[in-house]
Amino acid sequence: MLTLPVSLQMSMIAHCLEGLPEEACGLLVGDYATGVTERLVPLENVAHSALVYTVDPKAHMLADRAAAADGLDIIGVFHSHTHTEAYPSPTDVAQAPDPGWHYVLISLRDVYPVIRSYRIADGIITEEPIVSE
Amino acid sequence: MPVEVRIPTVLRPQTGGAAIVSYAGTTIGEVLHAMVAEHPGLQGQVFGPEGHLHRFVNIYVNDDDVRYTGGLDTPVADGDQVSILPAVAGGAA
Repeated sequence: MLTLPVSLQMSMIAHCLEGLPEEACGLLVGDYATGVTERLVPLENVAHSALVYTVDPKAHMLADRAAAADGLDIIGVFHSHTHTEAYPSPTDVAQAPDPGWHYVLISLRDVYPVIRSYRIADGIITEEPIVSE
Repeated sequence: MPVEVRIPTVLRPQTGGAAIVSYAGTTIGEVLHAMVAEHPGLQGQVFGPEGHLHRFVNIYVNDDDVRYTGGLDTPVADGDQVSILPAVAGGAA
């Protein structure tokens, strides 16, 4: 289960729309044990592609140190799929860095953006509920 | 004062849950080898089969990616901040 307040979901969608026509990405900062998101770190997609994304390693490092300073961790990553559904692609599964992370997908294929969250462990995709408190 | 290494969540099962570990060394290679000597489960996560840094791991000494500062020979000094981070990528393709 991922707790992701509506305000953060709106920020996430805004960042993804601003990123068009490329995929957009960012990190979720919060409590690793409970899956409560405290803030987002919207990032540049340094791959600059409509088909793939890469988080800038230095920006990741800075986000991680800032999280640590607040007693938090990076608990997941979000990215957009511009023309496909909000479901992890084989690339997403192959490159998922942490089985404890939350993988949030935002589909911009249809008129209204769709947000869904998954766990990806040992190549297995499991959708999880998003609590929008 | 030793060098502090921040461990990413994905590797904490290998450090008994510790988010920070500390080792002495004059290069990042010495620090990382001391770390895997104590926590052998990190060996295959941090190093590739030929002893180089694993391609899906990024190591920072303070603000610098060690791939651009001499790799495992990058010097470290007391009080330096080291971060180990998994590469994060994906996409619809």
